[in-house]
Amino acid sequence: MKRYDAIVIGAGHNGLTAAAYLARAGKSVVVLERRPVIGGAAVSEELYPGFTYSSCSYVSSLMRPEIMRGLDLPRYGLQIIPYEGILTILPDGDYLASYSDPDLTRRENLRHSKRDAEAFGRFSLEVLRQCRFIKPMLLMTPPDPTSFKLDDIRGLIWMGRKFADLSERQMYDVMRFWTMSCADFLDEYFESEAVKGQLAGSSIIGTALGPRSPGSAYILLHHYMGEVDGDIGAWGYARGGMGAISRALAGAAQAHDCEIRTEAEVSQIIVKGGKAVGVALADGEEVYGTAIVSNLDPKRTFLKLMPLEHLDDTFIDQVRNFKIRGSSGKLNIALDGWPEFIAKPPIPAPLYSSIQIHRTLDDLERAYDDWKNGMWSRHPYLDIVIPSGLDPTMAPPGKHYMSVFVQYVPPKLKDGPWDDAKRSAFADTVIDTLAEICPNIRDLILHMQVRSPWDLENEVGLTEGNIFQGELTLDQLMFNRPFPGYAQYRGPLRRLYMCGSCTHPGGGVMGAPGANAAREILKDFKRRILR
Amino acid sequence: MNASARHDAVVIGAGHNGLVCAAYLAKAGRRVLVLEAGESVGGCAVSGEIHPGYTVSTCAHILHLLHPGVIADLRLKRHGLALSAPDLATLALLPDGEHLLLSSEVQATRDSISRFSRRDAERLPGFRARLERFAGALRPFLMATPPRLANGTWRDRWTLIRLGIAIRRLGRTDMRELLRIVGICSADLVEDVFESDVLKGVLAFDSVLGSFLGPRSPSSAFNLLYRAAGESDGRRGALSHPKGGMGAVTAALAAAAKSFGVEVRTAAPVAKVAIEDTVATGVVLESGEEIAARTVVSNADPRRTFLDLVGPDQLDTDFVRRVRHIRMDGATAKVNLALDGLPDLGGSGPHMANARLLIAPGVDYIEHAFDDAKYGAFSAEPAMEITIPSLHDPSLVPEGGHVMSIMVQFAPYRLRDGGWAAHREAFGDHVLKTLAAYMPDLSGRILARQVVTPDDLERDFRVSGGHWHHGELILNQLFMLRPVPRFAQYRTPIDNLYLCGAGAHPGGGIMGAAGRNAAREIMRDWSR
Repeated sequence: MKRYDAIVIGAGHNGLTAAAYLARAGKSVVVLERRPVIGGAAVSEELYPGFTYSSCSYVSSLMRPEIMRGLDLPRYGLQIIPYEGILTILPDGDYLASYSDPDLTRRENLRHSKRDAEAFGRFSLEVLRQCRFIKPMLLMTPPDPTSFKLDDIRGLIWMGRKFADLSERQMYDVMRFWTMSCADFLDEYFESEAVKGQLAGSSIIGTALGPRSPGSAYILLHHYMGEVDGDIGAWGYARGGMGAISRALAGAAQAHDCEIRTEAEVSQIIVKGGKAVGVALADGEEVYGTAIVSNLDPKRTFLKLMPLEHLDDTFIDQVRNFKIRGSSGKLNIALDGWPEFIAKPPIPAPLYSSIQIHRTLDDLERAYDDWKNGMWSRHPYLDIVIPSGLDPTMAPPGKHYMSVFVQYVPPKLKDGPWDDAKRSAFADTVIDTLAEICPNIRDLILHMQVRSPWDLENEVGLTEGNIFQGELTLDQLMFNRPFPGYAQYRGPLRRLYMCGSCTHPGGGVMGAPGANAAREILKDFKRRILR
Repeated sequence: MNASARHDAVVIGAGHNGLVCAAYLAKAGRRVLVLEAGESVGGCAVSGEIHPGYTVSTCAHILHLLHPGVIADLRLKRHGLALSAPDLATLALLPDGEHLLLSSEVQATRDSISRFSRRDAERLPGFRARLERFAGALRPFLMATPPRLANGTWRDRWTLIRLGIAIRRLGRTDMRELLRIVGICSADLVEDVFESDVLKGVLAFDSVLGSFLGPRSPSSAFNLLYRAAGESDGRRGALSHPKGGMGAVTAALAAAAKSFGVEVRTAAPVAKVAIEDTVATGVVLESGEEIAARTVVSNADPRRTFLDLVGPDQLDTDFVRRVRHIRMDGATAKVNLALDGLPDLGGSGPHMANARLLIAPGVDYIEHAFDDAKYGAFSAEPAMEITIPSLHDPSLVPEGGHVMSIMVQFAPYRLRDGGWAAHREAFGDHVLKTLAAYMPDLSGRILARQVVTPDDLERDFRVSGGHWHHGELILNQLFMLRPVPRFAQYRTPIDNLYLCGAGAHPGGGIMGAAGRNAAREIMRDWSR
């Protein structure tokens, strides 16, 4: 029987990234995917004839350019179509647009508030500074502050130096940015509710925090990370939907003889002598390998795939206490024609990365309160994209595919589990909201897929439907992600590794966790810890 | 203004930190004048008569943080500081008449929790011990001047190194846990460990008392550490009642200060800090009187100090912007009652009324109370901390009478629909209505009622935003970020002007640390 150098559980984008890097280094790798399609939450699916749905993740803004280049993804068919900024539609038919051209954005902000237009420059600079500070850390293994190992001390010193390079003012601003609430941060700059609302959207997507919760400013940063690469090609729509990214990653891996098996569900990680040695598939087949790499979230990896007797109680507590909260839902809609919005910006709506309905900070906070109380937001935040406006491969001519991301939606409703009736009531809430800014929407709907966090969990395998595989709060970032002591991609058993978004630097279709995990695994091969 | 100032220092405000600062400066042989706008000293640490013969702590009502160093250095006991109850138990009341008792008696506490959850009873001591270890590592830094991260002195670097060592000395497991929980919300912290709602409610309540945070707001767990770092007369984490109410504490401080030669003038509100070429030269009173001083020390909150007393025209715009955005909207109110007898506590019985009573039956209860406040309404079902100090201290009341002091979460400073003037009494009624479920005969016993809202705190006690801590205790406003970055060392952009109040590190509570730290920095500058 063939024994692999590495077995990757789950063909999500991070699993594929890790596999590609390992295969490129000459290792024999197999990726085992439960579903018939690869990609995890970065998939394109034809759920209605002629339409391609990016059924989960829907824009590519975070994919690391280093990985794009390193794995030569464009060669395997990845093409990014750049888009404009955000269009917020106000209830009175006015709008607030942000553009990739800062002068246009400034002029647009001036229409809403002279003060905010001036502040926007300061704000952008500040966010850019913060991103520049964090960006080099995305592709590093977080050093363990409690360790005395050379690598860790070196890493800490490197980080310390980066910090010391900042001016004193910037140092304090870094500390503040990591801990303060998005609302407090925005209030320091802006007065217009339209401006604040538009920016705050980034701080709540995928997160079980409100804009007034301390720590939410960092989430804003996390979403901005992709936008400061300067290289416009690094962000936009993936041509052919998000599945194109997964397919390119798979192509890069297969070019180095990586095997990718779909409909190969792993039911257990085989442990012998305190080491992970292989996996058992649902059909009884056993696959053995040197390194076992899980792309799943820690709750799945450790509480579902591992016999608990191999883990100590403290570790199990850490896994159980890992915060992984589902808070987002999604509608994928096939449209018979272009949806007409009540606002008419000079740059037409198809060019925007996101179309939002205006929400004040209070609106967003109330939407979050609904989630806390176990119901979907009655006035939800919507992040709408229509990729077919720019990418003709997504829908037949004249027709359009619309993705509506909805925040907040709980995985468990207080009045019982998700079922078809609730799903349809939820869809009604969303469509009603949508109709406020897009009156003809109902007449255009050909087909609609409704996804609650519960569906996301059951289809894609994300616990609670959390799109980041774990909350991006201070207690679960850097050397705390997923839990203190296990932030270096190594699991609690020898030969067991983690490569999903649950590890540093976290979620979004970024690829960084997969690349970082592969680097650590290769390091262990080199050190002959793995052989 | 007179070049040879008669006073070495003039302190604006006779709150407890102002008095502590003044006393330390005077003890070092300096001539110090304290100017208080009100009729009496004490700031928010005062006792007041709410009905003939009935005295109660008007604002702050439990002493649990006053630093033992301050007590000893200023000989406060000799000047009249005494405790009527050194170690209050906590009794959490439930609407069905059930209750949970937490006290320093280990077995009684264990038994009480066991009635709700045996597992929780086993876990609480470990949980507390760990908090205490964390608090122990951080405690010395309450009395440290926050370091500057750059452009600092060797002393700043040494403080940072000491902090690093203190955290490392916790050992690997504890250090990891501390780094994890430092920014977490208290709901996560307690829900990870405990299962019974009532115990979780008690801990969650302590984590949000005095702040505008809910138990699900990240950063709230830190407040538990802050509380745990407190000491009452050497007892760590103990809650106590001062004899004579909170005013007796500041009376003792004032007496101590006077014994060192401090001059205290009441009814002398300061209108302006006199500034010549970015150097403070004294103060101008509202009466027009000018008082020259070598150093001006403000016990007022940062917003009041810089925006009102100094004036934005004296400061650079960036600094003013930061001060304007300090989060300091209060959300805590007080209701004080004079009673003609002890109210019936339902199932928990009168023998337990001498504890600190809590109405906080669960994490969600408190979170919902907080949710109301976020949008400018007082809580439909408020969480409360109640004491009946007259049970320990008969001198507060006439024979047979009692006073009840109720701290209410949440009552937001920015109340919508007309503000506090329109809703003050409705709020008081509302609190009593909520309490009626726990103490059915309370309303019949009330002789007099006093309601102190954040609005009253701002007007009568001159605390901007009516925030008890002169600024929220959240991570982005603590230590070297308090009150604003680069000015956390009690010095200000105006030379010879210092801050000594709770707006500076380490923040609020009747602790005296800010006053003492400020005095140390002032004397350091004098000796240069």
